[in-house]
Amino acid sequence: MCGIVGIYYKNKELNTQLGTMLASMLVQMSERGPDSAGVAVYRNTVHPSKTKLTLHAADPEYDWDGLGKLLAASLAADVEVKVRVSHAVVVTNAPLQELREWLGSNCPDVRVMSAGSTIEIYKEKGTPREFVDRFHLQDIHGSHALGHTRMATESAITTQHSHPFSTGLDLCLVHNGSLSNHNRLREQLQREGIEFQTDNDSEVAAGYLMWQLHQGASLKQALGSAINDLDGFYTFAVGTRNGFAVLRDPIACKPAVMAENDDWVAMASEFRAIAQLPGVEQATVWEPSPATVYSWGSE
Amino acid sequence: MTEFDLATDSVRALNQSLHDSPQGHWRVSHPDGRHCIAAGVDAPVEIAIQGHVGYYCAGMNKQADIMINGSAGPGVAENMMSGSVRVSGNVSHCAGASSHGGLLVVEGDASARCAISMKGADIVVGGSVGHMSAFMAQTGRLVICGDAGDYLGDSIYEAVIYIAGKVGELGADCIEKEMTPEHLKSLKDLLTAAGVAADPGEFRRYGSARRLYNFNIDHASDY
Repeated sequence: MCGIVGIYYKNKELNTQLGTMLASMLVQMSERGPDSAGVAVYRNTVHPSKTKLTLHAADPEYDWDGLGKLLAASLAADVEVKVRVSHAVVVTNAPLQELREWLGSNCPDVRVMSAGSTIEIYKEKGTPREFVDRFHLQDIHGSHALGHTRMATESAITTQHSHPFSTGLDLCLVHNGSLSNHNRLREQLQREGIEFQTDNDSEVAAGYLMWQLHQGASLKQALGSAINDLDGFYTFAVGTRNGFAVLRDPIACKPAVMAENDDWVAMASEFRAIAQLPGVEQATVWEPSPATVYSWGSE
Repeated sequence: MTEFDLATDSVRALNQSLHDSPQGHWRVSHPDGRHCIAAGVDAPVEIAIQGHVGYYCAGMNKQADIMINGSAGPGVAENMMSGSVRVSGNVSHCAGASSHGGLLVVEGDASARCAISMKGADIVVGGSVGHMSAFMAQTGRLVICGDAGDYLGDSIYEAVIYIAGKVGELGADCIEKEMTPEHLKSLKDLLTAAGVAADPGEFRRYGSARRLYNFNIDHASDY
């Protein structure tokens, strides 16, 4: 099961509506995924000299200010910390590799949910409604976003096992389906230097795209190659710093519906997630064809 | 006229009313992609749904004439027994799956597996259909005014496919067959009944080569 959603603004004046629209889409996907929910939002791009991380700690009382001060002192860097429930967005001019090493040695309870210049990832167990309310999703503005509601069938209900996953800078993928060649592919990608945090199949798809993008492929080309190299059932929605794309496997048994008007493009597992969006009356509604890449933004 | 507004009324309340006191004309507003709208109706009522519907709309329909003024999600009119279902927009996959009787008309496009395992209904699609349409269809007619995706009629039994546009790769045991005057008339009557303006002369007929469903002992080594 699981529900996935995505929204991309063609009209950037609508960026202030991102959180509200994303929230309504997620809540509509509650029946498809009542166990946990998560989003990747693209917003507030930082200066090229800086890196933005989203961090998560299980302890609700975690001392994020303390972490920020220690990080600034240890790496002699500028550090800005903004807390959102169990997550914190950290913006700093410290180099990414040093940051990761420092966090790994000094903050074993903290997980890196995303890294890049634009992406922020928030995810937590509980119903989509609880997630939306706790994280005040309505307050979040941005250019595009992905969302996932999970019905756990294979592994535990924890924040770590919740989606979305990010592998690589500013790249995120949400997946409905299951891959059958992910173990072999993970080994191949690890040899190419791509790192994985879990044994999850969706993370392998994200890693594969990252590897393709590293090779110089466009998002559209990377997804075109994925049709040949990924085996299994999937509907993917993919976000990059400035791009948004959708792909279904050649059999296309996992649902997907898309809608596009002059202002935005939306995709979801079911139409009811889109039915609530302002402007849907003017949108073209269609089912994406199998093995066909749909992309907007980055080339 | 019985009116239901699904912005405030539940789908369950609508369906229960349709089952308990099925009379006259019904109008359903704000479907907003909800599932199972007007499923299991068994009475000669007329139902107009104003907007897009989700999964399994008009499933198991018997006798009712159901109009969807919008697009439909997966499995519209699945297992229909009789009556009619008409969709003004597009439909998702498995439209008319396992339908035994009645008429399903899709004015737009249908997605994958349209008429899969059809058992006697008539399905008329004004646009194109996706891959694996009429898979294992046993009897009934599928009319496609546009194009068909790959594997059309895979493992088809005795259902008949009429198509005006292009056909992708044909499914196993599906072949083009002669369009006889009898088939032409059957198609013309069906297009008229469906209210679809298309020239029957532009259609070709496809069906089963009947090589797949009889096990041939002489070719045992080929299986």
